[in-house]
Amino acid sequence: MIDFDYARASDIPDAIRQIAADPNAKLIAGGTNLVDLMKYEVVNPTRLIDITHLPLNTIEETASGGLRIGALMPNSDLAYHPLIEKRYPLVSSAILAGASQQLRNMASTGGNLMQRTRCFYFYDIATPCNKRVPGSGCSAINGINRINAILGTSESCIATHPSDLCIALAALDATVHVAGPAGERVIAFTDFHRLPGDTPQIDTNLAPDEIIVAIELPPRGFPENYSYLKIRDRLSYAFALVSVAAAMEIERGRIRDVRIALGGVAHKPWRKVEAEAALRGEAPERKAFTRAAGILLQDAKGYTHNAFKIELARRAIERTLTQAANGTPQMQAIKKIR
Amino acid sequence: MSPSSFPGGLERKSTSRPAEIPVRITVNGQEHRLAIAPWTTLLDVLRDHLDLTGTKKGCDHGQCGACTVLVDGRRIVSCLTLAVIKDGAEVTTVEGLATNGVLHPVQQAFIDHDAFQCGYCTPGQICSSVALIAEGKATTADEIRELMSGNICRCGAYTNIVAAIQQAMASMDGKP
Repeated sequence: MIDFDYARASDIPDAIRQIAADPNAKLIAGGTNLVDLMKYEVVNPTRLIDITHLPLNTIEETASGGLRIGALMPNSDLAYHPLIEKRYPLVSSAILAGASQQLRNMASTGGNLMQRTRCFYFYDIATPCNKRVPGSGCSAINGINRINAILGTSESCIATHPSDLCIALAALDATVHVAGPAGERVIAFTDFHRLPGDTPQIDTNLAPDEIIVAIELPPRGFPENYSYLKIRDRLSYAFALVSVAAAMEIERGRIRDVRIALGGVAHKPWRKVEAEAALRGEAPERKAFTRAAGILLQDAKGYTHNAFKIELARRAIERTLTQAANGTPQMQAIKKIR
Repeated sequence: MSPSSFPGGLERKSTSRPAEIPVRITVNGQEHRLAIAPWTTLLDVLRDHLDLTGTKKGCDHGQCGACTVLVDGRRIVSCLTLAVIKDGAEVTTVEGLATNGVLHPVQQAFIDHDAFQCGYCTPGQICSSVALIAEGKATTADEIRELMSGNICRCGAYTNIVAAIQQAMASMDGKP
């Protein structure tokens, strides 16, 4: 780790002032990813601004019937919160599919959105990586790319976003509330993360002088028909090769509304409204699910070691939609996939 | 390409060292006032500053769980925790679990079930188990395995670890 200065933010305006004043500073909350990146000298801030004392760790009901989750709410507290378990079980399930209980106790909700890719080459400072050093090249495209993306890639970067929580939040049309020198603004969840294009060093549309203050969930949480299925190289405590968040409303044997978001396959949570539109009004059956999977994956492109993800994703989408339709969500402790 | 010009951040900045930060941390009931550099992890404070070497450094990257301790009653990995951020916290390590020379029920259960071989991961496994029982989210063996997945045992003592946790859980009746 490279030497750095340390400061505490006394309130939200102070945090914004401090981060706006120093382009080489980073905010720190749980630190589960940032401290690791600093140990590898992938990220080298000269100053850390500790925001853990800001009053952003509450969950409040909104006037519209949704929930506003403070950015510092620990992942474990969010997963086990009675309102989340009851009304947004997809969120609970996705969180509990990720990391370990120790890391979930440390990691914050806002920090989960800000975590960096786990692409091997991003972490290995002896290799070129456009995300770490713009213009240096992508080592993954012709390297070991089993874990890399199949959708939305560019010639600059084929990294994936590693979050599970974000996949559920994208499916549920959550919004990200951010604060900066000009005040607060709201970003739709699917607009928060970016595709790599030719600027893969920029993960999100959060400005350098902004701070996430809350995540808002809209009233509809799809508590009856949902599932989060995560496929990985070991059964727990591993990043997704492919994950699927599915949520559905079924009325008189027909799909009234449906959401599908994919993890482990792209630089951001992958949603395609055309796939969801194709399912509305249909009977919740395998044939329709296969068609939706085809739409979600129609632009998928495999690389040397990850082409298997295309077929794996197709099957995972069909299975997760089936689980959601049947009201038999994937349990994260019981590994059997029904 | 020389190391100093490689575009990966290998070049070390030769700035003057930032000031040490005063930190108050209570470990196993005893308060400590320290002045530490901001990059010092809680793990290094425990082992190097306070000589509490029961907590182990395994991967040092949050992947193995050997450094698991309780902070304000919650299990965390101390290797990814900067000590300055935990100013005022109460920490419990494996050294703080026994009371008056009597082992904690989880410690006794690990002995009863031979739940280790080399023992290196054991302090982390035990601290994690104590927290798991306090959390009260695991009842079945499947749930115990899932919620203990942050603690790796390279000797593969998992079967006996689960048995030990089940014994401790039954003897404690869900109480910490």
